[in-house]
Amino acid sequence: MAKYLLLKHYRGAPASVNDVPMDQWEPEEISAHMQYMRDFAARLESTGEFVDSQALSPEGSFVRYDGEGRPPVTDGPFAETKDLIAGWMVIDVETYERALELAGELSAAPGAGGKPIHEWLELRPFYGQPTVVE
Amino acid sequence: MNESLLRELVPAVIGVLVRRGADFAAAEDAVQDALVEAVRVWPGDPPRDPRGWLITVAWRKFLDAARADASRRHREVRVETEPVPGPGKAVDDTLRLYFLCAHPSLTPASAVALTLRAVGGLTTRQIAQAYLVPEATMAQRISRAKRTVSDVRFDRPGDVATVLRVLYLVFNEGYSGDIDLAAEAIRLTRRLAAATRHEEVAGLLALMLLHHARRPARTGPDGRLVPLAEQDRGLWDTRLIAEGVDVLQAALARDRLGEFQAQAAIAALHADARTVEETDWVQIVEWYDELVRLTGNPVARLNRAVAVGEADGPRAGLAALAELDPSLPRHTAAAAYLRERDGDPVNAARLYAEAARSAPNLSERDHLTRQAARLNARLRG
Repeated sequence: MAKYLLLKHYRGAPASVNDVPMDQWEPEEISAHMQYMRDFAARLESTGEFVDSQALSPEGSFVRYDGEGRPPVTDGPFAETKDLIAGWMVIDVETYERALELAGELSAAPGAGGKPIHEWLELRPFYGQPTVVE
Repeated sequence: MNESLLRELVPAVIGVLVRRGADFAAAEDAVQDALVEAVRVWPGDPPRDPRGWLITVAWRKFLDAARADASRRHREVRVETEPVPGPGKAVDDTLRLYFLCAHPSLTPASAVALTLRAVGGLTTRQIAQAYLVPEATMAQRISRAKRTVSDVRFDRPGDVATVLRVLYLVFNEGYSGDIDLAAEAIRLTRRLAAATRHEEVAGLLALMLLHHARRPARTGPDGRLVPLAEQDRGLWDTRLIAEGVDVLQAALARDRLGEFQAQAAIAALHADARTVEETDWVQIVEWYDELVRLTGNPVARLNRAVAVGEADGPRAGLAALAELDPSLPRHTAAAAYLRERDGDPVNAARLYAEAARSAPNLSERDHLTRQAARLNARLRG
């Protein structure tokens, strides 16, 4: 098994095919979208492939050390152009092909007009543990 | 094996050990060891006096540990003779434990974890699950908290307000995992209320009962948030409401008002309205005035502005809101709500979408996005 991170972006990913902000959808389209996401996670749990899923607030800033005795420096809130993570799902699957397949399904979640969003998701493999047999 | 009976006994037994001279951390460990033995022994050989059994076994565990500790460090055992068991002052012991676990030297998160374990009798694993952190992390938080309070001596009474803040925090976490923290907070507050005649303890208990009564109506079948005005009031738990109102009235009769009583009074007025139209907003505003006077809390001012909008119309509400800091949490959401009531769906939709972006949790974000979507759909006609 190998773990993969599916990253969802507020900003920074290429534009979705069906790129309409959620507050412009019909209310029942929002319900359909939420239901799809819940069903997707539940199905992964039932197949034993779900590890974790979290959502992040869009508020945030960069922080760095600024020398002994000085408070850390912050930068932000982010400018519109910067990459901004919205959340992630971690899956544990047999193959890279399976990870691709699941990312594709998640990207097909319904959006405005009930049509798939075709959202770009970032798929990142975790580094695994070194094997015992060299 | 009755787990809830066991958990009820935990704080009293810890309290007895502490009164006999054990330091808190060692007493807590000894009681946890005794619980493990109880789980093993009781099913085959149930004791006639479970509390006495636990005290005896926990005290023995404590002495064993103290002796092992002492011999390891080559020093004298401080506690050699077993005191006469006598009838324990269970109420005082329990109270002392509440104060210890909510001690001002602890951070709120540590006080919450310690209270749930030592007063609530939950296992570290259960507390970790409830707060969605690894068990090892919670174990560290608890043992650091125990070290922090291990030298506290009770030469003067603790501060009830710190205990109430901790219980309020536990209640507000709601529930996740297999532990219902709201129900747990109510259980602990009930026991505190039985042990002390303090108006604010009663006020907090009433507040919890009145909010807990609404829980079945607060989320829809798909998990979405249902705001108070749209809740199916037939789902409210009338038994809990009646109890909450009784507790509150008895507290108010003693004429020593505090913030929890004021908050409970507001919850009681909502509970009293069979429909949202019947809500007595004028009285609610008066209670918010009391709350602001008592606490000066900006969140109370914000809620007051919304209540003013209901009592005196949205313009009055917006005027009250305009006097507050716009960076307050939920300020934008309140503005959106009042704008819509004032017949301004364009700005209301814009403000709802803006409020969604700064929502403190996913349920609220979802709710606010839906409000924006509902207005935008209507505007598209």
